Amino acid sequence: MKTKPPDSILIWFGELTTRRHLLKRGMLLLMPGMLWLMLFLVLPGLVLVLVSVITRGAYGQLEWVLTLENYRRLAGFSLFGWTADYLMILWRSAVVAFVTTLVSVLLSYPLCFFIAGRPQRTRYLWLTLVIIPFWTNMVIRTYAWFLILSPQMPIARLAAYLGIIAQGAPLYPNAFAVYLGMVSIFLPFVTLPLYASVERLDWSLVEAAKDLYASPVSVFTQAILPQTMPGLSVGIILTFVPAMGVFVVPDLLGGAKYMLVGNLIQQQFGPSRDWPFGAAISMGLMVLTLLGIMVYRRRGKDLETV
Amino acid sequence: MVVDMNQNPNQAADKGLDLRHVSKMFETVKVLDDVSLNVMPGEFFTLLGPSGCGKTTLLRIIAGLEMADAGQVFLGGTEITHLPAIKRHVNTVFQSYALFPHLTIYENVAFGLRARKFPAAEIKKRVEQRLEMLDLSRMARRRPHQLSGGQKQRVALARALVNEPDVLLLDEPMSALDARLRAQVQDDLRRLQRELGRTFILVTHDQAEAMVCSHRVAVMQEGRVVQCGTPEEVYDNPRDSFVAQFLGAANLIPATRVPGGVDTAFGFLALEKEPPWQTGAVAIRPEWIGIGDKQPAVNGIRARVKEIVYRGTNYDLWVEPGPLRVRTSSYRRIDPGRDVWLELSPEELVVLENETA
Repeated sequence: MKTKPPDSILIWFGELTTRRHLLKRGMLLLMPGMLWLMLFLVLPGLVLVLVSVITRGAYGQLEWVLTLENYRRLAGFSLFGWTADYLMILWRSAVVAFVTTLVSVLLSYPLCFFIAGRPQRTRYLWLTLVIIPFWTNMVIRTYAWFLILSPQMPIARLAAYLGIIAQGAPLYPNAFAVYLGMVSIFLPFVTLPLYASVERLDWSLVEAAKDLYASPVSVFTQAILPQTMPGLSVGIILTFVPAMGVFVVPDLLGGAKYMLVGNLIQQQFGPSRDWPFGAAISMGLMVLTLLGIMVYRRRGKDLETV
Repeated sequence: MVVDMNQNPNQAADKGLDLRHVSKMFETVKVLDDVSLNVMPGEFFTLLGPSGCGKTTLLRIIAGLEMADAGQVFLGGTEITHLPAIKRHVNTVFQSYALFPHLTIYENVAFGLRARKFPAAEIKKRVEQRLEMLDLSRMARRRPHQLSGGQKQRVALARALVNEPDVLLLDEPMSALDARLRAQVQDDLRRLQRELGRTFILVTHDQAEAMVCSHRVAVMQEGRVVQCGTPEEVYDNPRDSFVAQFLGAANLIPATRVPGGVDTAFGFLALEKEPPWQTGAVAIRPEWIGIGDKQPAVNGIRARVKEIVYRGTNYDLWVEPGPLRVRTSSYRRIDPGRDVWLELSPEELVVLENETA
C-alpha cells in the first residue's frame, strides 16, 4: 500500500503553512476574478458567437435557425452577387486604427520627453493637462471639433485661403477631421503608459550610444526604443484595439460616406435591427483585432529586452 | 611610460589633452572653478576627490557629454571645446557600465565600429581581438544580464577600447565591484594601460585605486584642482591638510613659525625648510615617526602608548600627548601604558604650504 508523501511545510510571508493549504486558499482568492471574467467576458462572447449563426426574422426578431448566411454576407456575397463593401469597411477601419496609433505614438514621444524634462513640481501639472480631456465625454469632445473646424474659425479660414476647401465651408466631414478627432481621443492612451517608461529611462545608455558615435536615429532605436518598449506596447494595444471599434467619431466627423466597422455594427444593432449580422461583423472585427495584435507581438519581439 | 612633470606645457598641448581655465555652473553652484590640466599622451591620469568635488563633471566635459561654461579643451592640439560627444575621438567606461541590454556582448562591443560604418570583416577582426584580450570570447553570444559585475566591467572596457580612442575615460569603473575583485581589476587596468600605451583618465574617490594605477594624480576639492603630481609627490609632499588626509593617514600639527622651525603643542620642532606662513600646520605620516627608548638628537617627544591597533601589515599606536598616530611594523608590538621616545625628524615633517590659519 502506498502512502501519500507528507505535504512539505513552508513559510509563506511569515506564516507557517503547507503547499496544499496555500493552493486551496489561492483558488478561493481567484474565484471573484474568474467569476467576473466568466460573467462579463466569456458569457457575452459565447452569446455573440451564438447570435452570429442564427437567422433574423422578418421583424428583426431572432429565429433559432442555424445558418452561416451572416458570415457569407460579411464576406460580400448577397442576392446581387459579390461586393467588397463590407470587407472594405473592415480594411478601412484597420487602416484608420493603425494610422491613429502611429500618429499618437509619434506625438507621444516628444510630449513624454517634454514632460519628463520639466522640474518635478510642474511635471504633474503637465500630466494633468494630458489627463483632463479624459474626464470629458467623448461625444462632447468630438462636438468641440465641430466648433474648432467650423468656417468662422482660423483653421478653416486658412484652409479656404490656401484653396484647400471652398470659401465659407467647414473642415468636416472628411478623413482629416476623423483622424484629428481620433488622435485627440487616443493620445492619452499612448502618452500615459509611455510616460511611465520615459520617466524611468536610464540616460546613461543614451550617453553611451552618443559616446559610441551613434547617429540621432540609432540613439533612438538602440538606446531609447528598447527601454520604452514596455510602455509603448501597452499604449499601442490600448489605442489600436478600441480605435478599431470606435463609431462616434467617424459618425460625427466623417459623415455618412466615411463608414467604419464601428458604425456598421452600431447600425445593425440599432436602426437595421439585424442582430445576427451585427454579431457576425463583431466577430470579424474581433478576429481582425487579434490578428493585428499577433502581428505586432511577432514584430515587436525582436525589439523587446530580455 | 615615464612622464616628465616639468615638460613645457605648450609642447604637451600639441599631443595630449589640454584643459584651460575650465569652469562649469549648475544653476547657482559652481562645480568647476577655473580648472587647468595637462594630460600627456600615453599617460594614466587620475582625477581623485570626494563626491561632489567636480571630478565626474570634468570627465563629462572631456567626453563631450557636458559643455564647459568657460575655458577651452584641446585634444592633440585641436580645440574640441564645443564638439559634441559623437565627434570626439574619446570613449568612456561608464560607472553603471551602460551596456545595451537588448544586444549581445559581441554586438555591444561592435556598436561603435558599426556606427562608424567600418567594413564587416574589420569589425569582426577588431571585436574578436578585444574580446580575446579581455578574456570575454566565451561570452560573445550572451547578453549583459547573464554576466557578473566583473565581466560587465570588462565588456564596457572592450566596448570603449575597440574604437582605439585618443583618450579613454573611466568614470569610477570599479565602484560596483567588491573589494577583492577591485584590487585585482586595479592591477589589470594598470597593466592594460601600460601594454596599450593609450591615454587613460580615471575618476575615483578611492586613493588606493589612484595610487596603484596612475602616472599622475590630480586631487580635486570643491571644483578646483588642489594638487597635481605623481602619486609619490602628492603622498610625500601634500600642500594642504585636505590632500594630506585624503591620500593616506596623516598627523596634522598646528604650528607657529619661529627661527629654525615651528612652535607646536609638542614644543619646538626643527624643520628643513622655512614655512611660507606665520601660523599654519605641519604634517607627518604615522609610518614616518621613529620610535625608540633613547631620546633622539632633535624633535624628540616623550609619549605614552594609549591604544594599539593590529592592522595585519602593521600596528597603529595612538599615543599621548596627542592625538598622534604612529605606525610600527607588525613584529614590533608595544603594549599600552609604556613610555617611549618619538622622533619626528625634520626631513620627515612636511610643511603644508597652502595651510595657513
